[in-house]
Amino acid sequence: MNTNKVITISQLTKDFPVGESYFRALENINLEIEEGEFTGFVGPSGSGKTTLLNIIGSLDKPTSGTAVILGNDVSKLNTKESAALRNLHIGFIFQSYNLLPIYTVFENVEFALLLQKKSKEERYKAVMESLEWVGLTDKKDSRPTQLSGGESQRVAIARAMVKHPTIVLADEPSANLDAENSHHILQTMAQLNKELNTTFIFATHDEKVMQYLQKIITLKDGRIESEYNK
Amino acid sequence: MFDFIYKGIIRDKKRSLLPIIVVTIGVFVVVFSDGIIGGMINNMISMTANFQTGHVKVMTRAYAKQENEKPIDLSILNAGELINQLKKDYPIVDWTPRIMFGGLLDIPDQKGETKAQGPVSGISVDFLTTGSNELKRLGIKKAIIDGTPINRPGQILVSVDFAEKYNVKPGDIVTFFGSTMYGSMTFSNFTIAGIVRFGNSMLDRGAIMIDISDARLLLDMDNAAAEIVGFLPEGKYNNEKAEEIKKSFNDKWTNNKDEYAPIMTQLMDQEMMSATLGYAKRMSLIMIVLLIIALAIVLWNAGILGGIRRYNEFGIRLAMGEEKKHIFNSLMIESLIIGIIGSILGTTLGFMACLILSRHGIDYSAVMRNVSLMMDPVIRTTITPRMLYSGTIPGIISILVGTALAGQAIYKRNTAMLFKELD
Repeated sequence: MNTNKVITISQLTKDFPVGESYFRALENINLEIEEGEFTGFVGPSGSGKTTLLNIIGSLDKPTSGTAVILGNDVSKLNTKESAALRNLHIGFIFQSYNLLPIYTVFENVEFALLLQKKSKEERYKAVMESLEWVGLTDKKDSRPTQLSGGESQRVAIARAMVKHPTIVLADEPSANLDAENSHHILQTMAQLNKELNTTFIFATHDEKVMQYLQKIITLKDGRIESEYNK
Repeated sequence: MFDFIYKGIIRDKKRSLLPIIVVTIGVFVVVFSDGIIGGMINNMISMTANFQTGHVKVMTRAYAKQENEKPIDLSILNAGELINQLKKDYPIVDWTPRIMFGGLLDIPDQKGETKAQGPVSGISVDFLTTGSNELKRLGIKKAIIDGTPINRPGQILVSVDFAEKYNVKPGDIVTFFGSTMYGSMTFSNFTIAGIVRFGNSMLDRGAIMIDISDARLLLDMDNAAAEIVGFLPEGKYNNEKAEEIKKSFNDKWTNNKDEYAPIMTQLMDQEMMSATLGYAKRMSLIMIVLLIIALAIVLWNAGILGGIRRYNEFGIRLAMGEEKKHIFNSLMIESLIIGIIGSILGTTLGFMACLILSRHGIDYSAVMRNVSLMMDPVIRTTITPRMLYSGTIPGIISILVGTALAGQAIYKRNTAMLFKELD
C-alpha cells in the first residue's frame, strides 16, 4: 500500500433498498486520493456525491467492493471503530454549518477535543490556533446566533480542523453563502490545505468551489464519469 | 465533558425547565404526602394511645382476654400497689389508672322525673390528682365546647351529640345508672361540668367522662383499676422501648398462673393498629411506585420531544465521532443532574409545606365527623429525616427511566443519513 494514499476505493457499489427492490446509488467506483489533495466530487443532485462522502466518512458501508480510509476498510469497522476513525482523523463541514446554538464559538470548536479527552490547556491552545486560522479569535465568546453565515461556516471549518484531521469532508460548504463569503471560506480551506497538508474532499456542484479544486471527479448516475487534475 | 453537559442544561431552558418542573412537582408530592401520611399515622397512634391503649397497658389476664367488652369485674384490685411498683421499675413511664364502663344516663325534668335516658360509655381517668397529666394528654380543654373541665368530684363531661340529643347543658344534674364490678346496681348524680367534642363519631355519640375517684365510688372499685396505662416520655411512642418494657414486665409474671395476674400489652399489639399502620405503609409504597411510573411516562415523552428538538445536535456529535453509547450516557448524566436539581427543589418545597402544616395543621373535622377512628380532627404533618430521600429517590429514578426510554431513539439513528439530515 502506498503510504501517501489516504483513500483507496475499489469496485465499490452501494445499493439502497426501495420497497422490495433497490436503488443503486454508486456503481463500480474506483478511485485513489492522496494525502494533501484538494479534491471535489462534482455532479448533479442524485449523482452519488453525498453517498460517496458518507462512505469515506465511515458513516455508511459499501454494498460491495472496498473503501479503505487511512488503512481502515470501512466495511469491516464496527461502530466504535468507525466513530474513532471520524473522531481522530476526519473533519466534517456541512452546508448548514450545524453549530450547536447554545454553546459559544470556542465551545463548539472545543467539542471534538473533549471527545479526545485532551487536557484543558491543550484544548485552549488548539481551539485558539484553529480560530486564528479562520480569523475569528475575537468571536470566541459569541454564540452562533450572533454570527453571520460566513462567520458560522468559518467556525465550522475551525471545528473540523481543530483536531488536525487527515481528511476533511465538506458537503456543499458554500451553498448557503454569497459569493464573497464563499471565496473567503474556500481561500481559508485552500490555505489550510497548503499549510497543514490536510486532504480536503468536497461534494459540490458550485462553480465557485470548482475554481479552487485541484482535482475534479465528476459523478453521474452513481458512476465516475471523468476524473482530472487541473 | 461534565462541564459541556452542565452548560447545556443551564443555557438551554427548553432542555431542562420542563423536566425540572416535572421532577420538582413529583418530589414535592411525595415529600408532602409522606409528611401528611406520617402525620395521620402519628395522629392515629397518639389518639389511640391517649384514649384507649396507652403506649403500654397493664390489665389482668382475664380482662385482657375480653378486653373489647371492658369487663370491670375482671379489673386489677390492688392497683395502687401495682402502680407504685411500676413507677419504681419503669420510672421513665408515666403510669395512670383508668376504668372504662357502660350504663344509662338519666336526664331528669324540672320536677326530677325522668325526661330521657340514653346509653353511655364511660371513661374515668385521673383528672384531680395533683401532677396528673391526663387532662393535658386527652386534650380536654381544647375539646370542651361549653363549660369547663372536671375540677372537683361529682362532675361529669358529656359528649356533644349526646348533649344535643338530650338537650343538656353545663350545670344540669344527670343520673348515671349502671352496675358495680360485683354486679350490683349502682346510680349516682353528677353535675355536668362541660360538653366535649372529641372529634370522633364513636365518642361524640355517647361518651361521658368522670374522675377515677368518682368511678371507684360509683362502681365499688376502691383501689381498683380496669387498666393501668403507661406513656413514654414526651408522649412519643417508641415501639422498641415499649416492647422492651412489656417483655421485662411479663417475664416477671410468667410463672404465675393466676388468671388475675397482670399482663402488659403495647400499642402495636392492637390488631387494628398494626394492620392500619401496615396498610398505610403499603399505600405509601404504592403511591411512590405509581408516581415513579407516572413521572417516568411524562419524562419519557418530554425526552422524546427533547430528542426531536436536539436531533441535529446528536447528528453533529455522531458525525464528529462521538459514539451512540457516549451520547446516551451523556443524556443520562444530564438527567441525573436535572433529577438532582428537581429533587432538591421538590424536597425543599415539600419540606417547607410540611413545616407550615406541622405548625398550623389542617382542620378536617367536617370530613371526619362520621368516621369511627380515633383521630385528631386537626391533622399536622410530621417532619422526619426520611423526607430528605423519600422524594429524591423516586424523582431521580423516574427521570432516569424516562430518559433511558426516550434515549433508545439514539441507537436507532442511522448514521448513513447524517449528511442528508444535517443539510
